[in-house]
Amino acid sequence: MIDFLSEYLPNGLAILLAALLAAAVIVGFMGVSALLLIWGERKISGRIQDRLGPTRVGPFGLLQSLADGIKLIAKEDTTPAAADATLFRLAPYLAFCATFIAFIALPAAPNVIAVDLSIGVFFVLAVLSSEVFGVLLAGYASGSKWSIYGGLREAAQVVSYEVPRSLCVLVPVVLAGTLNLTAMSQQQIGYFWNWNLFHDPFTFVAFFIFFTTATASCKRAPFDLAEAESELVAGFHTEYSGIRWSYFFMAEYGSMFAVSGLAAILFLGGWHTGFLPFEPVERWGLWMGSLFDVLVFIGKGYLLVFVMMWMRWTLPRLRIDQVMMTCLKYFLPISCVLLLGVCLWQLLVSPRVGEAVRYILAGSVTLGGIVVGLQLLRPIPNTAPAGELPGVWARPTSKL
Amino acid sequence: MTFHDALFLILATASAVSALGVVVSSSIIRSAIWLLFMLMGVSGLYFFLGAEFLGAAQLIVYVGGTMVLVVFGGMLTTRGPFDHVPVGLVGWVLGGGLSLALFALLVQASLSFVSHPRTDTALPGTGPLGLTLLGVPETPGQTAYLLPFEIVSIHLLVVLIAAAYLARAKRRPTSTHPEADHG
Amino acid sequence: MVEFGFPAFLVLSAFLFACGLTCLATKRNAIGILMGVELILNAANLNFVAAARFVPTFRLEGQVFAVLVIVLAAAEAAVALAIFLNFYNNHATVNVENATDLKG
Repeated sequence: MIDFLSEYLPNGLAILLAALLAAAVIVGFMGVSALLLIWGERKISGRIQDRLGPTRVGPFGLLQSLADGIKLIAKEDTTPAAADATLFRLAPYLAFCATFIAFIALPAAPNVIAVDLSIGVFFVLAVLSSEVFGVLLAGYASGSKWSIYGGLREAAQVVSYEVPRSLCVLVPVVLAGTLNLTAMSQQQIGYFWNWNLFHDPFTFVAFFIFFTTATASCKRAPFDLAEAESELVAGFHTEYSGIRWSYFFMAEYGSMFAVSGLAAILFLGGWHTGFLPFEPVERWGLWMGSLFDVLVFIGKGYLLVFVMMWMRWTLPRLRIDQVMMTCLKYFLPISCVLLLGVCLWQLLVSPRVGEAVRYILAGSVTLGGIVVGLQLLRPIPNTAPAGELPGVWARPTSKL
Repeated sequence: MTFHDALFLILATASAVSALGVVVSSSIIRSAIWLLFMLMGVSGLYFFLGAEFLGAAQLIVYVGGTMVLVVFGGMLTTRGPFDHVPVGLVGWVLGGGLSLALFALLVQASLSFVSHPRTDTALPGTGPLGLTLLGVPETPGQTAYLLPFEIVSIHLLVVLIAAAYLARAKRRPTSTHPEADHG
Repeated sequence: MVEFGFPAFLVLSAFLFACGLTCLATKRNAIGILMGVELILNAANLNFVAAARFVPTFRLEGQVFAVLVIVLAAAEAAVALAIFLNFYNNHATVNVENATDLKG
């Protein structure tokens, strides 16, 4: 990109223009993705709670978040009299910038990346962990006790969950032998049993631990203690309104997608579909192939974000001591064992056994998926008489 | 002025202004936020110098870890909302004068250095860095740093235990509030 | 036009060092003093990394020492904060002027 531009412009301007373009693409993606994900969240929560969710604005209510966004921009941007005004205004931008910078090092396809850092994984982890600052600052600067409780909880939670999260990221890094995200994704080329997820039992468990700790570090339910609305009104963003409030949410949905994308690259083969017998770039040319890769990557990211939403509307919120105990007493030792285990596996297990374990894991997961899918797709027999509900809602036939 | 120089100027100014902000602001949390920006600026300078691993390490250790703890500590120990501790004139004159003298001395010393030309060869990345910390020198005959690495590891273990010991729950026999005994 | 080379980094680092020293001298809040120490350590670290870039024989050494300094700074901050919180528990303040228990 820079080489292409510097044929026409002086080098400095070319770098600047390329950087601006990349930033515009990332901000655009974050904004659109936040709109879609908020719509999706409302639809999914609606379906899970036996409602319809938004239906009025646009087809399937798709434009609902856009309408909400316009409302938020038009809303008055208030600052409480008790607040530390400068820090209060600064906090949402800090949270947003942290997430935005994480996207810089996240590759969506070969060469579709803003900066291909040699230490990509480390950089993404580092930047995502600084998102907590926006929340902590918002909690402090609001001058409200609900906010400061939310901020303090968030700080304690994120600093603790960072440790098992980083240890779980080290597990695929040990396999790959590199910190470069593009290289890590290219190593998982081919069919889906080549994914790091199925490499050995340790990586298989590490994926789930990573996903849970990542959910916690995005302050998503069941770990959303920072904004526990049943205890703290709205936690750290109690005092925020209008566009600043929506920056927090763009940051939250952005970091949800960022950790999901990271999980997809580290464990789920990145932009490789896992079942196509050819490389899209070779078959369909550079542009169409890259586009397909990007779509696959975004699809995997959205799938993981969907799982996060599913968890949010299914599980009840933990208490703060339970959150800390889960991290320090369970996730931390487990992830240490996983790191040791994967090192020993690399050193001791012969390639033959490793290959066999890989096929067994991939096969059993596929089989399990098919069985569960069939169970879900089987229609529920409508045995209830007319005017009454079927299934679990049917009138109990016990002889009480 | 080349692009590199402009970038350096921006990063250096940001770091320097933030460092000044740490000194000048009287509220501890505001100082911490200025320090946060200073650390980010220095991390940017590391990336600018091509030391990517150090830049990311600076972010994850300082910004993600140490600074959160410092702000946390600051919040736990301020005596009221937005606590200000102003500095007296004597403090400014003494401290500022001392630092200014030292700064002048250091500037004079550093300007007497012969400037090496900036080489655009990449700095050794994570691989050589890790190997040299494990005692494998980059080229035979060079020094490797296994012993410092081990000392730092032991040091971290000691610090971990010490911090856990210092921060453990203590029973205060003279406490008048039995429900405040969780500290 | 002057090219910004090694001396520019040294001057910046000297400035950060001076700021850190002023923090140490003027702040009465223990956490403020800790921040001054962090500033000084960062100034030293910036020198190491700049040396790694500009002095050919320091290419690896500069980075190694910077890593060690970052690790030690984090450890120092953890212990210092634990001590401050204990001090706050006993004296209900973190003003270093009040830390006179050991004065004879």
